[in-house]
Amino acid sequence: AAAAAVGPGLGSGPGDSPEGPEADAPERRRKAHGMLKLYYGLSEGEVAGHPAGPDPLDPTDLNGAHFDPEVYLDKLRRECPLAQLMDSETDMVRQIRALDSDMQTLVYENYNKFISATDTIRKMKNDFRKMEDEMDRLATNMAVITNFSARISATLQDRHERITKLAGVHALLRKLQFLFELPSRLTKCVELGAYGQAVRYQGRARAVLQQYQHLPSFRAIQDDCQVITARLAQQLRQRFREGCSGAPEQAECVELLLALGEPAEELCEEFLAHARGRLEEELSSLEAELGPSPPAPDVLEFTDRGGNGFVGGLCQVAAAYQELFAAQGPAGAEKLAAFAQELGGRYFALVERRLAQEQGGSDNSLLVRALDRFHRRLRAPGALLAAAGLSESATEIVERVARERLSHHLQGLKAAFLSSLTDVRQALAAPRLAGKEGPSLAELLANVASSILSHIKTSLASVHLFTAKEVSFSNKPYFRGEFCSQGVREGLIVGFIRSMCQTAQSFCDSPGEKGGATPPALLLLLSRLCLDYETATISYILTLTDEQFLVQDQSPVTPVSTLCAEARETARRLLTHYVKVQGLVISQMLRKSVETRDWLSTLEPRNVRAVMKRVVEDTTAIDVQVGLLYEEGVRKAQSSDSSKRTFSVYSSSRQQGRYAPSYTPSAPMDTNLLSNIQKLFSERIDVFSPVEFNKVSVLTGIIKISLKTLLECVRLRTFGRFGLQQVQVDCHFLQLYLWRFVADEELVHLLLDEVVASAALRCPDPVPMEPSVVEVICERG
Amino acid sequence: MEDDAPVIYGLEFQARALTPQTAETDAIRFLVGTQSLKYDNQIHIIDFDDENNIINKNVLLHQAGEIWHISASPADKGVLATCYNKTTDSRVQACAAVWRMPKELESGSHESPDDPASTAQTLELLCHLDNSAQGNVACVVWEPMGDGKKVISLADSHILLWDLQPSSSQAVLASSATLEGRGQLKFTAGRWSPHHNCTQVATASDTTLRGWDTRSMSQIYCIENAHGQLVRDLDFNPNKQYYLASCGDDCKVKFWDTRNVTEPVKTLEEHSHWVWSVRYNHSHDQLVLTGSSDSRVILSNMVSISSEPFGHLVDDGDISDPEEHHAEKSKEPLQDNVIATYEEHEDSVYAVDWASADPWLFASLSYDGRLVINRVPRALKYHILL
Repeated sequence: AAAAAVGPGLGSGPGDSPEGPEADAPERRRKAHGMLKLYYGLSEGEVAGHPAGPDPLDPTDLNGAHFDPEVYLDKLRRECPLAQLMDSETDMVRQIRALDSDMQTLVYENYNKFISATDTIRKMKNDFRKMEDEMDRLATNMAVITNFSARISATLQDRHERITKLAGVHALLRKLQFLFELPSRLTKCVELGAYGQAVRYQGRARAVLQQYQHLPSFRAIQDDCQVITARLAQQLRQRFREGCSGAPEQAECVELLLALGEPAEELCEEFLAHARGRLEEELSSLEAELGPSPPAPDVLEFTDRGGNGFVGGLCQVAAAYQELFAAQGPAGAEKLAAFAQELGGRYFALVERRLAQEQGGSDNSLLVRALDRFHRRLRAPGALLAAAGLSESATEIVERVARERLSHHLQGLKAAFLSSLTDVRQALAAPRLAGKEGPSLAELLANVASSILSHIKTSLASVHLFTAKEVSFSNKPYFRGEFCSQGVREGLIVGFIRSMCQTAQSFCDSPGEKGGATPPALLLLLSRLCLDYETATISYILTLTDEQFLVQDQSPVTPVSTLCAEARETARRLLTHYVKVQGLVISQMLRKSVETRDWLSTLEPRNVRAVMKRVVEDTTAIDVQVGLLYEEGVRKAQSSDSSKRTFSVYSSSRQQGRYAPSYTPSAPMDTNLLSNIQKLFSERIDVFSPVEFNKVSVLTGIIKISLKTLLECVRLRTFGRFGLQQVQVDCHFLQLYLWRFVADEELVHLLLDEVVASAALRCPDPVPMEPSVVEVICERG
Repeated sequence: MEDDAPVIYGLEFQARALTPQTAETDAIRFLVGTQSLKYDNQIHIIDFDDENNIINKNVLLHQAGEIWHISASPADKGVLATCYNKTTDSRVQACAAVWRMPKELESGSHESPDDPASTAQTLELLCHLDNSAQGNVACVVWEPMGDGKKVISLADSHILLWDLQPSSSQAVLASSATLEGRGQLKFTAGRWSPHHNCTQVATASDTTLRGWDTRSMSQIYCIENAHGQLVRDLDFNPNKQYYLASCGDDCKVKFWDTRNVTEPVKTLEEHSHWVWSVRYNHSHDQLVLTGSSDSRVILSNMVSISSEPFGHLVDDGDISDPEEHHAEKSKEPLQDNVIATYEEHEDSVYAVDWASADPWLFASLSYDGRLVINRVPRALKYHILL
């Protein structure tokens, strides 16, 4: 009974399918499932054997789809004890009751809704019927309206068309009126000078007239217009050409002309030609200032005028041009650049001519200021006209001027050096004429040195203006680098020092052959000057230069040591040459005295010959002269040993009454032996050897040269007895006075010994004089 | 390559005069004349045996006086000319004479006797070249290529051309010219040019060099102020006809192109005192020898102004390998330089000369009577030859 009750209960449950018609449905569904499973490769067994989850096909599942009450009951009856059966029955009854109450609640709730829905539907049915009627009425009314409207528009059609046509005609007529009035309007505008208006009118009418020009009337208008336009253009051009109308008005003219369709290229040309005219006026006025006669305005004023007049004008022109003809593109810019380049070139030529006139001048500050203005003024057009390269050319000009200035200063320094040398020459020549004490050599040297130094400083100072901070071009790379290092340091200072050395050296080379042209004192003075340069002045000047011109350039510069070496070499050559010249003077005196005398028939000597006194006097004079400029120098230490030895040889031989053993009438072999032995102990004497920078060395050189000459001359002569004695006296005299001048008195002894020995050899009858007599004669003389 | 040591020979007397025996082409022989006022002067005939490095000498007496200059005939080995001083009571007279040496000494190789004084032979006087009116004779020069019949002597300011008669027994004054100018002009030296058919002679007087045409005895060029001071000697380049060298008291040696008398071609300033003698090598004119009173002899290599400025020219047949030849040429140094300075002398060197038979050998003579025979360094010799 419970099962029967359950069956329909479950069957009427929501979502529960009816039992009867679907009895075989599980079979089919299973079949379908089976096919699907087959398709997906799942075997029946696998599915069945799955342990998890309740089997949906289990017929004992109360909630399952395949619940079979019979099977369920059977199962319960078979499996459960009684108590459990009882329990399940109560449970099931309770469940059934709960389900019943639920179902009742649902039915109640839904009932009200059904009723209200039915009401609504009924009401809607009513309303729709009313609406249908009204719609029908609307449709008829609309039909009527359409009808009317059609009729109205049919009646108004042709009138509308006529109105449209009339409006068109009206517009056309207004245009025509404008056209017909155009000539007069244009004329009026032209008369009034309202060129802008005229151009606008013309612009508006042009296209139309162009289009209808085949009609005679329009053609007439067009012709009229063209005439007027032509006149207009002409007037504009007239105005354009009139110089008085400054650049802005001109610019307007050009604008209008462009609008009139004048060819832009031609306008460019004309514009530039016009500008050229004005600028050329400026240029010619500048040129007039330049003139053949000496320029009245100074260079500063000149560049100012040029800067204001020409460069300003050029700026204006360029600005206006660029504004007006910007549309012309690169071709126009090129034209302008060419224009600016040409005129700029002429301007530069003028400026350079003016600056060239300034080259000789000494006022550097004015020049630098003028250059500064010039350069500054040109920076503006330079920015405007980069292509024309005016700024670069201007910088180039400034650089060129600076270079020329440097070379001018170099020339100036050289000239100053030469003139100070001339002064020295005059001063050297003067005292002898005036008979009074002139300035000493040391003073002359100081004068020359200080005047050169002050010239150098002046030059440096004036050249320094080029690099002053406030000058506009001083930050150009040239002026920061090359100008300082190559120009000033190398070109000016080093160049001057070098040329000074060369000038000084030239005194050694050319006229020195005959010994006369250059006064020896000048040689001495120059040598000392060069030596001073070597020791101090060069490094001082170069340090000064380097400080003033902070050399940033990396290019190699002549090091101080090289210059010093050159100066030292010059000083050395000059001094050596001085020694040669002075030596030559004394040599000539000695040579003449030996060559011109008849030594065979000379009388017994009573006096020292005058020429020897002269030699000693001259040597003393030279000693004084050199002493004014050069330090004493080191004498060879008079080691008592050596000096005694030589001296004793010299004097003892006399005391024994034998002048020298070399000419005693013994075997000829002895002669050679003795002189050779003597030579073995003495060093070879280099006669024209380089000298050191001191007085002793200089005088040693001079005396060496003189005595060697005496020796060679004596060897060429033949002496009588008294001739030999005279030589003996002379040599003793020289020996008495010359030793004090030389570094090594042994040298004098040696040479004089040799002279006497040679004279003895050249004497067929050598009878020497008593040494005591010789001494008496020498002391007396 | 060790160079042979110099050979030194000592004379007893002072000496200034030195000449090679020009006519001798096989043996190396020099003639040296002595200067002594007290003893008989001598002419030493110095034979040099190159292979054994031995000197043989023969002494001839020259009793006429002290010898200032000596020159040997280019044609006859036995003939020589000397300039000598004749001292009478209070006068010194410089004369010149042509002499013949004894036949057996002409070709040397004579064993030198142990005692020179006893067997010294005398020269045979051929003729005197003096003309006392013309003044003191400074030097005598032979016509270099001739037959030994023409001689020029320089006496004070006169230049005299003599014709020697056959057998040289008499000298006839053929022509003469006189130097004119201010003051007392004296010739100091002269040389006969080997070029132009031997028609040119150059002389030195004071600081001036003069060229003379021997046919007309007229001056053809004049180098004023050739040296700053007295010109002591000159010599012609044997291979370049317009080139001559001069030396003087300004310590310089100058090389001249006689077509341009304003500027020397080259100037050497190596000596530290007067240069007394300058000689071109007879075959290799880049070698120039100078002697000076600073007691030095300097051998210079004046390649750049020589007749072989690019070194020895290889004959066309020898150029088998042009590349090698080229490479050799490029390494050729063209610098003029001093080859060597010889310091064997202790006194002033007044005369230097090349041997006539051997172009690599030269002699120098200093006042103390020391004769030094030297050779061109071997390295240089091979460099020039190869």
